[in-house]
Amino acid sequence: MCCEIEYTNIGGISGPLVFVEGVRGVGLGEIVEIRDGKSLRIGQTLEVDEDRAVVQVFEGTSGLAVKGMRVSFVGRSLEIPVDRAMLGRVFDGLGRPSDGYPQVVTNRRMNVNGLPVNPWSREYPRDFIQTGISAIDGMNTLIRGQKLPIFSGSGMPHNLIAAQIARQAMILSEEEEFTVIFAAMGVKFDVARFFIDSLEESGVLTHSAIFLSLADAPSIERLITPKVALTLAEHLAFDEGMHVLVILTDMTNYCESLRELSSSRGEIPSRKGYPGYLYSDLASIYERAGRLKGFDGSITQMPILTMPSDDISHPVPDLTGYITEGQIVLERELFNKGIYPPIAGLPSLSRLMKDGIGEGRTRTDHAQVAAQLFASYAKVKRIRSLAAIVGEEELSDLDKIYLEFGNSFEEEFLSQGENENRTIEETLEKGWRMLSILPQEELYRVRREDIDRYYIPSSDGGD
Amino acid sequence: MVSATETRNAPIEGKVISVNGPIVKAVGLTGVKMFDIAEVGPDGLIGEVIRLLGPVALIQVYEDNTGLKPGDKVISEGRPLSVLLGPGLIANIYDGIQRPLVGISEQCGSYIEKGVKLSALDVQKQWTFTPSAKPGDEVAEGQIIGEIEETPLVVHRVLIPPGVFGRLEDIVETGPRTIEDVIYTVQTKTGLYEGKLAGYWPVRVARPVRSKKKPFIPLMTGQRIIDTFFPIARGGTAAIPGGFGTGKTMTQHALAKWCNADIIIYIGCGERGNEMTDVLTEFPKLVDERNGRPLIERTVMIANTSNMPVPAREVSIYTGVTIAEFYRDMGYSVAVMADSTSRWAEALRELSSRLGDMPAEEGFPPYLATRLAEFYERAGLVETLSGAAGDISIIGAVSPPGGDFSEPVTQHTSRFVRCFWALDKTLADARHYPSISWVDSYTEYLNDIEGWWRELDEQWLAIRNEVMNILLEDHRLQQLVKLVGADALPMFQQFTLHVAEMIKNAFLQQNSFDPIDKYCSPEKQLKLLKVILALYERGGVLVKAGLTLKDITDLPSLSEMVRLKSEIPNNETNRIDEYRERLLGELESLKEQVLGV
Ligand SMILES: Nc1ncnc2c1ncn2[C@@H]1O[C@H](COP(=O)(O)OP(=O)(O)OP(=O)(O)O)[C@@H](O)[C@H]1O
Ligand SMILES: [Mg+2]
Repeated sequence: MCCEIEYTNIGGISGPLVFVEGVRGVGLGEIVEIRDGKSLRIGQTLEVDEDRAVVQVFEGTSGLAVKGMRVSFVGRSLEIPVDRAMLGRVFDGLGRPSDGYPQVVTNRRMNVNGLPVNPWSREYPRDFIQTGISAIDGMNTLIRGQKLPIFSGSGMPHNLIAAQIARQAMILSEEEEFTVIFAAMGVKFDVARFFIDSLEESGVLTHSAIFLSLADAPSIERLITPKVALTLAEHLAFDEGMHVLVILTDMTNYCESLRELSSSRGEIPSRKGYPGYLYSDLASIYERAGRLKGFDGSITQMPILTMPSDDISHPVPDLTGYITEGQIVLERELFNKGIYPPIAGLPSLSRLMKDGIGEGRTRTDHAQVAAQLFASYAKVKRIRSLAAIVGEEELSDLDKIYLEFGNSFEEEFLSQGENENRTIEETLEKGWRMLSILPQEELYRVRREDIDRYYIPSSDGGD
Repeated sequence: MVSATETRNAPIEGKVISVNGPIVKAVGLTGVKMFDIAEVGPDGLIGEVIRLLGPVALIQVYEDNTGLKPGDKVISEGRPLSVLLGPGLIANIYDGIQRPLVGISEQCGSYIEKGVKLSALDVQKQWTFTPSAKPGDEVAEGQIIGEIEETPLVVHRVLIPPGVFGRLEDIVETGPRTIEDVIYTVQTKTGLYEGKLAGYWPVRVARPVRSKKKPFIPLMTGQRIIDTFFPIARGGTAAIPGGFGTGKTMTQHALAKWCNADIIIYIGCGERGNEMTDVLTEFPKLVDERNGRPLIERTVMIANTSNMPVPAREVSIYTGVTIAEFYRDMGYSVAVMADSTSRWAEALRELSSRLGDMPAEEGFPPYLATRLAEFYERAGLVETLSGAAGDISIIGAVSPPGGDFSEPVTQHTSRFVRCFWALDKTLADARHYPSISWVDSYTEYLNDIEGWWRELDEQWLAIRNEVMNILLEDHRLQQLVKLVGADALPMFQQFTLHVAEMIKNAFLQQNSFDPIDKYCSPEKQLKLLKVILALYERGGVLVKAGLTLKDITDLPSLSEMVRLKSEIPNNETNRIDEYRERLLGELESLKEQVLGV
């Protein structure tokens, strides 16, 4: 690329968009450099006509004026350098170093938009990751290469949980190279600080890369941050053979930026003002997870999002749930009871669990124990709402036993310490101890031979 | 008329004047027609002309078009967007515009790059063609003139294409042929027609049939709640609406595996990549019990996952259903799974909004309903052009935002399908799978297919309805239970609740991952129903005579009932009869005890 032409004829500025007139030969999705005085901003073309280009400015347009702006088109899409030397470093939301050290020297650059993976080339993920958290390992197992989001609400401990998972999952796989990529979109500095400290304490900060587009950064920048983080992840996983855990927080902020961009383009909104293509846009991020045939590495994604007013049917959690391979849902009620981690017993789900557990992977009874816990806990929920009406005394004896089971399940199985790391055997043992509160006949989701082996008959009478 | 011999027009060249996402405006394409293919830009990206406005053609591009510039050239050969139909489709996996994904991975590795041009069918492969017609025969459209073993499961019948009539001049002898060889020639009124094993068909045009018939054979799926309570007929249509994680894909997979159609077309439309990988890895290993062959040998896959270009998602369901029609025309029973039609509708919405159309409900274009109707209309039991019977069943998943069925796609779909398998979030949360609601679901095929079940048992419909009524009674009683608790109800109602619970656990609930329970034969379904009815009828008499629920639940064999489905395989259903006898015996002696006192 030589002598770039500079355009100065600006037709207008609207939100994060700049309309450049009189342009020739500019392509869709091309990178744009915008200079005014000393400062340089980066943007991308969203729409190109014969003599006009619509440019989205990642750093936002605040302070830009129609006069005095110089715009040039770079002739390619946004690329970032990628290299394993980026581990241990901190970058801004566009992938530029922000820790005071120089840019990593490498000649490998990758387009941040990535390319769609050929479904034929995927390898179905099956390897169990032990997170040490019973609610996850026992009932919503995380699999290497899975995309499993945390649906949270404001004030709930999603960051603690994500950090605990990152710490505990990494300890287990020392033989293989495991890294964490942390991308923050629109969160406060203390959240970023918390993650950095937590990674540092467990000694994994040097194997991590951090991308920060914090609350004070221009909102439009957030649209690029997850793409940049995943581009590095793809390099590390499929060129370097590492197992990469990507934590993206907070996807709700990302979606709000997208809404902002869409509305400044005057697009017809779909639900709650979000653009109709929110699903496809999110998919272009979440689908960049998984395993590929013939490659050792993997990308496991753990996006975090806060549900506005704890509403799981809000477009952001809703469309996320339609794309990801399950969800870990945090529940206000458990949180208020003081239970950590407040992982909701019923709406949480891991879809890849089925092929990653059982004989030779975890334990033969795992699937049945999980199914039984879900079914019995669902019954607890029904009985609790009945008890709220008729009073606990009016319940049948069996119903009362269910309530006892429900309480123990929440207090002993779900609940655990922030640093408590349970093995899968411990988790399943606990599961059986909970189930043993119920009479045997109630356990129709588990196999008879497993009952014979693991059920603990009660000493004080009972059936 | 479209035929195997493509008429190649002289290419017309124009140029791009604007690019807005996947929608490109071009000028200079004089003479181009609606739905013609256009190759856009230096990479020759595949596009389709979707609107003509004076000198400007609007082209929808089916590949990633970043980098495309005003001034880039556009070429059209005046041919409509088409599917290549011929031997070799089975066991293959294609993207939305029928590009072979295996070939793409061989050419460009793990990712799909743009501008890849590959034939949908292997042009070198030698197929053993055996003729069944001879020179001099008068032939007509749709007529079978020979066959090929496409897979050990599928005999591929070679047909005279629609629109071709005349005298067979020549036909090759049995021997290896490629799809490019001329196999036969027909002297038609307009000239000599050269027939090949493969030919193009425009995706948006339904293939012709002689007539449509009323479906009457059930599509057996091996899923109890479907076959027994909400059956679909071969040639029928069904929708599976449900919020995320309620089991649409699992149901589609279960049907693709176990339903008794001859050919399965599985369309992953805007859904997850790993779900297609799951099908790809599982189907070659799973064996069809009826013939001992891997399921992949009857399956065609179309994968246009959520991260692949959106416009190709819109085409993918037409690509799939056109392939289905091709096999139907050979006289097969074809089942099409489309997961998810909502993603297709959203693609339609996205494109229409870029075109500046005036939106109707929730941003969807006003023609959404028409397009849905047209799609489901391509299902049906038909008399093919050759007079044989063939059918296409379409089963579409619907993904309503927020799980709310009042949204436009679910609402319109429910007008055009005759089976509605409504998934229930509460059931899914309790891990009651399949989470098909027995209250909100319906089927209009019950009477059409009753005749088939009668062969198995004269009383089938009566039995089915009686069990259904227990469930509906339970649903009504549950409203009371919520207020006063079950113990406050009269004993017979408590007993009804208990039997309903048994129906849910021992019959409705079915685990797709259980080696025995994943597929349940019609005989086994019927026998399980009879076990439940035995309990309800005989036990009911005792309860009415004064026994308590506990007297019944204490019967030794009762706790075994929930395990029958997963412990007794399809070929040992006499053990269910034995169980029923035992249960009846226990009920009988209970009765004697009581009457004796
Ligand atoms: N019949 C079944 N047997 C056992 N498990 C099931 C069954 N149906 C669903 N499940 C469980 O529910 C999970 C979600 O099901 P599925 O992927 O089919 O949902 P979906 O409705 O397609 O969701 P989405 O709209 O997000 O694609 C599965 O991963 C599986 O764990
Ligand atoms: Mg699905």
